[in-house]
Amino acid sequence: MLKPTSKNGKIVAKTGNEAMAEAMRQIAPDVVAAYPITPATEVVQIFSQYVADGVVPTEYIAVESEHSAMSACIGACAAGARVMTGTSSQGLALMWEMLYIAAGLRLPIVMAEVNRALSSPINIHGDQSDTMGARDAGWIQIYSENSQEAYDNMLQATRIAEKAKLPTMVTTDGFIISHCMEVVEIQPDEEVKKFVGEYKPERYLLDIDRPYTLGSLDLQDYYFEHRLQLADAMRNASEIILEVAKDFAVQFGREYSFYEKYKLDDAEIAIVAIGSAAGTAKVIVDELRAKGVKAGLLKIRVFRPFPHKEIAKDLAHLKALAILDRADSCSGSFAPVYTDVTSAMFTHNQGKNPKTINYVYGLGGRDIALEHFREVFDRLEKIKNGGEVGEPLGYINVRK
Amino acid sequence: MANLKQLCKKEELLTGGHRLCAGCGAGAVARQVLLAASDTPIVITSATGCLEVATTIFPYTAWKVPFIHSAFENSAATCSGVETAYRSLKKQGKINKEIKFIAFGGDGGTYDIGLQSLSGAMERGHNMLYICYNNEAYMNTGIQRSGATPKGAHTTTAPAGKVKQGKEQNRKDLTAIMVAHDIPYVAQASIGYWNDFTNKVQKALATEGPAFINVIQPCRLGWAYKPENTMVLARSAVETCIWPIFEVINGEYKINMKPKEKKPVEEFMKLQGRFKHLFKPENKAILEDIQQGVDRRWAKLLKLTGEN
Repeated sequence: MLKPTSKNGKIVAKTGNEAMAEAMRQIAPDVVAAYPITPATEVVQIFSQYVADGVVPTEYIAVESEHSAMSACIGACAAGARVMTGTSSQGLALMWEMLYIAAGLRLPIVMAEVNRALSSPINIHGDQSDTMGARDAGWIQIYSENSQEAYDNMLQATRIAEKAKLPTMVTTDGFIISHCMEVVEIQPDEEVKKFVGEYKPERYLLDIDRPYTLGSLDLQDYYFEHRLQLADAMRNASEIILEVAKDFAVQFGREYSFYEKYKLDDAEIAIVAIGSAAGTAKVIVDELRAKGVKAGLLKIRVFRPFPHKEIAKDLAHLKALAILDRADSCSGSFAPVYTDVTSAMFTHNQGKNPKTINYVYGLGGRDIALEHFREVFDRLEKIKNGGEVGEPLGYINVRK
Repeated sequence: MANLKQLCKKEELLTGGHRLCAGCGAGAVARQVLLAASDTPIVITSATGCLEVATTIFPYTAWKVPFIHSAFENSAATCSGVETAYRSLKKQGKINKEIKFIAFGGDGGTYDIGLQSLSGAMERGHNMLYICYNNEAYMNTGIQRSGATPKGAHTTTAPAGKVKQGKEQNRKDLTAIMVAHDIPYVAQASIGYWNDFTNKVQKALATEGPAFINVIQPCRLGWAYKPENTMVLARSAVETCIWPIFEVINGEYKINMKPKEKKPVEEFMKLQGRFKHLFKPENKAILEDIQQGVDRRWAKLLKLTGEN
């Protein structure tokens, strides 16, 4: 029997989607605007029942597209409301234009995003191509390994977004987390309300006596400064994320940072992964450790802002490193996590870096199993022992 | 209904100094709307377009009321978000003022790229007024053809040339599409009839639920005429029945200005460079076709009002 980490926490069984909807119920935003899309539909569907039952004071806008979902979120948030939405894959793609605008207008919208492959071919299963494609939109991105993290990240995201004045997406892997029932520790409503606090925007449209213009045209003389402010806001968000995590740990006993180090500090070989695959990787790390192999894992939680200095430092001591991406950038080069991690290591580690390889895995929900992690670690072990690095980009569990 | 004297005494909520062209009808639309609406606090949403870019060049703004622009195709969706936030915050006792919501979009942002967003917002029943400031082409990007461009008009993407004589298709009847949404208030207006237009804005704002006004607004660059003719053309469009002004309240049609003598379309067209090519002798058939189209639509409108 699992024990709660907090005094008043309650252990329940929830899927990732249910956990996110539960967080939304407790936060009770003023407005939710959303459009159905598999596998994220459930999040807002469950929430709309809360609205229908009068459990939350939220106004729910059942928009006619994701583009309008994000547009309505922008309008509502600019008006002074605490606003949330949920989407996935093509839905996020249709929002693309508005994602950048939400960030540019510095609106703290929170999104429950369920990672799903992008068309074409159409596929409803989990990979991270959707949010990886949105990584430069100016949104904070927090990835979850399981339902517990999805719940915890949603609670933290609201505070992070509002303090940083940046929109924030919390993601789960489609189906693998979104539809998988797990034990989750839920905090009492009043504790969540206290933790999240009231939303008090500095300027808002409904503050009718202090009219202001939002979304004006910047020419060559101001655009650059405003974009720099956005980039700075993302940099400054790092500190806010740690502050909020610290308070979360004090309140609820569960600790978070930019990433989780799993048996990493004394490791010689390690994997970097994001999302649900990290859970599978931990099993193999334990298995190898039992055999005396110094294996470790770094699980990225916060991908935007990217914790480049910290990650570079924590990976520098390794002898061989595999960076796993559940998305391919079709760039003719490497995948997104690899390019960010290696550029951080190149910049900060003065040439003292592990031999590093990149793997793309799990596209369109393709399974990644224990044996695949064993194979990756086997290769890392060979590289560590002086073997050739060989082809730096590999694909896991795919027919060629 | 306000008279001119009363309107003149009201504070201008759209200040001068914006960068709209001399003789621009979009500025007149915004000014007339704000004068009509100024008795209640309002929040404005605007699509990307002439009105938005010319009035909000950072660090300046011509708007003395809260204003938001986010993108081109989503003025209605953005406004629906603002209006929903208002309802939520009011319900929770966080706001107690009466506030009205007006969304602006040009014809490109309304007939074409923003049609889905508009349709969704109207169907959802938001308490908002959407105003299409219709100058019958994409003027901000340099006079490209839109779904609102009338047959025969020269635009830069459906130009008059050696084998083609401007736009070959009729414009779509967006006002009818809005009527088909079964919303409580739909109207067509013209800035040339300011009294009628401001009256419609007030009626629309007093309506519970979504309202839509399609207002014709001559564009001196796109239509190619002398700036002093903006109001002449705005009236001529009505007098020729090219742009009848009417309202549809809960599905009931009412024509607001029936010309005593319906003028020929040439009266309206001859003042504008965009129709110049149609006055060549070899294009007489096109002019006749345009006249027939106007006659047919006018007869249809009369029928809808129960008149003949």
